[in-house]
Amino acid sequence: MDTNKTVAVIGGGIAGMEAATFLSARGITVYLIEKEDKLGGHLLDWERLFPTMRNGSEVVKFLMDGVKADNIKIMLSSKLTAAEKSGKGYNLRINENVDLFADAVLVTTGYDLFDATKKEEYGYGIYDNVITSADLEKIFMSGKALQTKQGNVPKKIGLVHCVGSRDEKAGNVYCSKVCCVTGVKQAIEIKQKMPYTEVFNFYMDLRMYGMHFEALYKKAQADFGIQFIRGRLSEASEDQNGGIILKVEDTLMGKPLKLTVDILVLLIGLIPAKGSKEVGELFGLKNGVNGFYKTTDQHTLTNSSNVDGVFFAGACTSPKTITNTITDARAAASTVAAYLFNYRSLERKIEQNEDFWLYNTK
Amino acid sequence: MKTFGYTIQNDRQIDFDAADKKLYRYVAEKEPDINLCIFCGTCTATCSAAEFKNMSFRKISLFLRRGLTENLKREIESCMFCGKCTLVCPRGINTRNIIFNIRKGIEEYEF
Ligand code: SF4
Ligand code: SF4
Ligand code: SF4
Repeated sequence: MDTNKTVAVIGGGIAGMEAATFLSARGITVYLIEKEDKLGGHLLDWERLFPTMRNGSEVVKFLMDGVKADNIKIMLSSKLTAAEKSGKGYNLRINENVDLFADAVLVTTGYDLFDATKKEEYGYGIYDNVITSADLEKIFMSGKALQTKQGNVPKKIGLVHCVGSRDEKAGNVYCSKVCCVTGVKQAIEIKQKMPYTEVFNFYMDLRMYGMHFEALYKKAQADFGIQFIRGRLSEASEDQNGGIILKVEDTLMGKPLKLTVDILVLLIGLIPAKGSKEVGELFGLKNGVNGFYKTTDQHTLTNSSNVDGVFFAGACTSPKTITNTITDARAAASTVAAYLFNYRSLERKIEQNEDFWLYNTK
Repeated sequence: MKTFGYTIQNDRQIDFDAADKKLYRYVAEKEPDINLCIFCGTCTATCSAAEFKNMSFRKISLFLRRGLTENLKREIESCMFCGKCTLVCPRGINTRNIIFNIRKGIEEYEF
């Protein structure tokens, strides 16, 4: 049931891949346009996944099986450089030398990771033994042992939640959603590799909202003895041996607490992608208050943009888990198909609250 | 050795029904930011006074809400108005101004 419709998917991460798969299944030709030389996006840099500890590569493989379809044209090392409305669709230019036409565009530009050097008081890029959650995944992926810069086995490791999220001083007031459970996952992985290392998680709230997340948290306590301390890190400093001295308030005890760790892991948040900004400017897409793309409606039109024929999927509209992203990608494929085949479902309207009152306080 | 007698058992319960919220209302009017606290303790962790004295802005914020003025008065005396807590607060609360207004309120109402 081939149709003569063509969709350009901008971004070959997990949202783009799964949306392409489901669009192709409806007989739509898909250009899957990725700026890197591989599909998979951030998932390629993540070893194991919460809450099941399955390997991320298994999910990548599953998604790759989908995009093998004949009517998906994968374009790697390809960057969208111009877009122009043409009839109901768009003329798109890739890498300044390839032109193609698409009846609709699905934007799946994902997210970037918070730059931890902006939180200077935590010492990333200044002290040797401060790393981010993303750095820790790279170490896990490499198969190498986790060591201090001085080459020692760490006896104590601290993980700090909400780095670059829920923080007006960092400019990001929203919760990044995935870092709490990532922190619990990584704490367990550290313990699995180094049972004699003490692990401490410093948190403000533990947001274990997903199915099985609470179970993972309980496992961290019961089987791994991970210690959860309720208090947000105010600053870190380095001692003469390369240890990292932490200053927090143990808020449940109501006392300031000092702890020296050998390695400090910063659980960095998800921020709007630089690529989203570039693509957004080409099409005139609106951003919401937090800098992610603004969907037409918070509850219902969650894959629609302010521009006719341009749609969203995945973490380009808000931080999302892998499960959420894959689900959203399929929903977006369905929404794009509704647009291309004039389904009545897309004619429905809902009143908009343009002036997003939640943020008027500051 | 004490073989008989009475001791006074202080009631540990916060009697929130009877709480005097006058001071809280006074401060909230001058500095509505007081309502934004998420009790994360960053302010206390950075406070130089907190290391040595019973002094925690996070607790002050709670004492104020719960109407525990006696505890509040005791804690607030150690504040040096250095403003470090304001620099680190993730909710962007003007903590220094809150402490300032609590002191003013205490004077005004002669607690
Ligand atoms: S998920 Fe947890 S660590 Fe991440 S921003 Fe939200 S509360 Fe903070
Ligand atoms: S740092 Fe701010 S939000 Fe955190 S406890 Fe102190 S005043 Fe409240
Ligand atoms: S202003 Fe007062 S409460 Fe705040 S850090 Fe300084 S001494 Fe501590």
